[in-house]
Amino acid sequence: MPADPAAVAVPEIEAPAIASRGWRLPVFPVGVIGLFLLLALVAPLLSLADPHEQSLRNRFTPPVWEERGSWKHPLGTDRLGRDMLSRIVWGSRVSLTAGVLTVLLASAFGAAVGLTAGYYGGRVDAVLMRVTDATMSFPVILLALILAVTVGPSFTNVIVAIAVILWARYARVIRGQVLTLMQLDFIAQARIAGAGGWRIITRHLLPNTLGTLLVLVTLQIGYVIIVEASLSFLGAGIPPPTPAWGSMIAEGRDVVTSAWWVSLFPGLTILFVVLAFNLLGDWLRDTFDPKLRQL
Amino acid sequence: MLRFIAARLVQSLIALAIVSVVVFVLARATGDPLYLILPMSASQEDFDNARRYLGLDRPYVEQYLSFVGRAVTGDFGVSLRARRPVSELIRERLPNSLKLAAFAMGVSLAMAFPLGIMAAVKKGTGLDRAAQVVSVLGQSLPTFWVAILLVEFVAGRLQWLPAGGIAGFSSYVLPGFTLGWFVVAGLMRLLRSGMLEVLDSEYVKLARVKGVAERRVIWLHALRNALIPVVTFAGIYFAILVTTAIVVETVFAWPGIGRLAYEGISSRDFPVIQAVVLTTAAIVAVVNLCVDCLYAWIDPRIRYAR
Repeated sequence: MPADPAAVAVPEIEAPAIASRGWRLPVFPVGVIGLFLLLALVAPLLSLADPHEQSLRNRFTPPVWEERGSWKHPLGTDRLGRDMLSRIVWGSRVSLTAGVLTVLLASAFGAAVGLTAGYYGGRVDAVLMRVTDATMSFPVILLALILAVTVGPSFTNVIVAIAVILWARYARVIRGQVLTLMQLDFIAQARIAGAGGWRIITRHLLPNTLGTLLVLVTLQIGYVIIVEASLSFLGAGIPPPTPAWGSMIAEGRDVVTSAWWVSLFPGLTILFVVLAFNLLGDWLRDTFDPKLRQL
Repeated sequence: MLRFIAARLVQSLIALAIVSVVVFVLARATGDPLYLILPMSASQEDFDNARRYLGLDRPYVEQYLSFVGRAVTGDFGVSLRARRPVSELIRERLPNSLKLAAFAMGVSLAMAFPLGIMAAVKKGTGLDRAAQVVSVLGQSLPTFWVAILLVEFVAGRLQWLPAGGIAGFSSYVLPGFTLGWFVVAGLMRLLRSGMLEVLDSEYVKLARVKGVAERRVIWLHALRNALIPVVTFAGIYFAILVTTAIVVETVFAWPGIGRLAYEGISSRDFPVIQAVVLTTAAIVAVVNLCVDCLYAWIDPRIRYAR
């Protein structure tokens, strides 16, 4: 007999059909995400121009392949003569950190709520789900705008504002999954074996929802990057002079005709990074759990 | 069925009550609005008078209760900035937002249906992949950036369509397309997987064996059942649409409630903020309620689940 009776009931988590399908990581998404993660990590080591250094004489220098371009600023400079390439690289720190942190916060809290609601059911479930519904009907951008005006725009506020709304999605999805899992025999067996609520939730329910969480997290990072960029664009996100992709686009808005590179490059960067996360999320879902259509 | 609707209605009301408390607290937390409406030279007495006049000197609980009492009858107070009843502003702006949302929805459905069905029918081919790329691309493009590019090139350089504001049908095209494309991916994916599942089922095989024309099999037998999961997605879909609309309305200078909120927040006009958030939440709640009822009506198992 094992020392811990509940351990008997630990189910074999079904191995995804990796081997039979041919497990190939998608090249484009992994490459793009890896590249930007690397750039964000080693940004200080690259001998790039200072992203904050202004030089009015060099303002609106076009990218290198244009007539007046130079290798000093491969992607040109903005209104204040700051190097675009360097600002995009440094901006990836802001956007990626915001995306990952927000989603981690939201998923941890949302999963906790979903697991609790699904496991205990009844009143607990009813109360938690009403709060979840209320949260879901609250537009993220409105809350972030309100916070920006109240306490001033800052990196922390952006993360908090988005996470405070985003957790509801996780709570809903995880609760739904827990409800299905609760019908299965292994939970009943764990109960009979004397496992308590905490043990069943952490040892039996949580591991079985990790796949879903992973897919949802990946798909949501892209969404959060877009929301963060939208907020920075509206002036309620990361305050200047910190380089953030959204505010860079806003700065280039009035000069799209004369200095198209100021808003084009940050826009393309957001597009590539978000596309990569979305494709990776799609791939994870199709590989690990094709039933998760609604995410 | 009636019992189900009643229970669901109570749930929506509770959710709305929670939103109203949060909105009230947040609006009070955005700082003293008097500094924005009164001139710099205002004396302490002016401040006191204004505060009493606007009812801002009463206890918070009392302010909240009177706010809810009046909000239920559609009275959201007077805008601090525009000096007009907020309900009037909402009534003026809301139809514009709803029209834009409806148009965007039309765009997304018009894209998602052909793409989703084509992707499922031609599964694994280049067409399938192309359809998926088009939809994922829409989800990955930052809406405000697309908006800027469209305004600059289609409206500015080519002069094909108006750049902003609302004047006739042509002004719907750019904002509607920007907003609509963003939400295609979710719909298209659901349709595709729904179709794939249904096309693989016994009754579709039977229909084929019976000699039903392929077109009829796809559009009549399969699509109808593939639509069920799409119905459940409508709630989330709508919430994303509403959120994104705030950004799109701001860029395109669209006179809707999203822009009203943006203006309200930058001038700390809290009657307006409260009204917009509550209106949005109420609309989302109503949509979710309808979706759930529709779903329960389609699939009786839901009704008896609780």
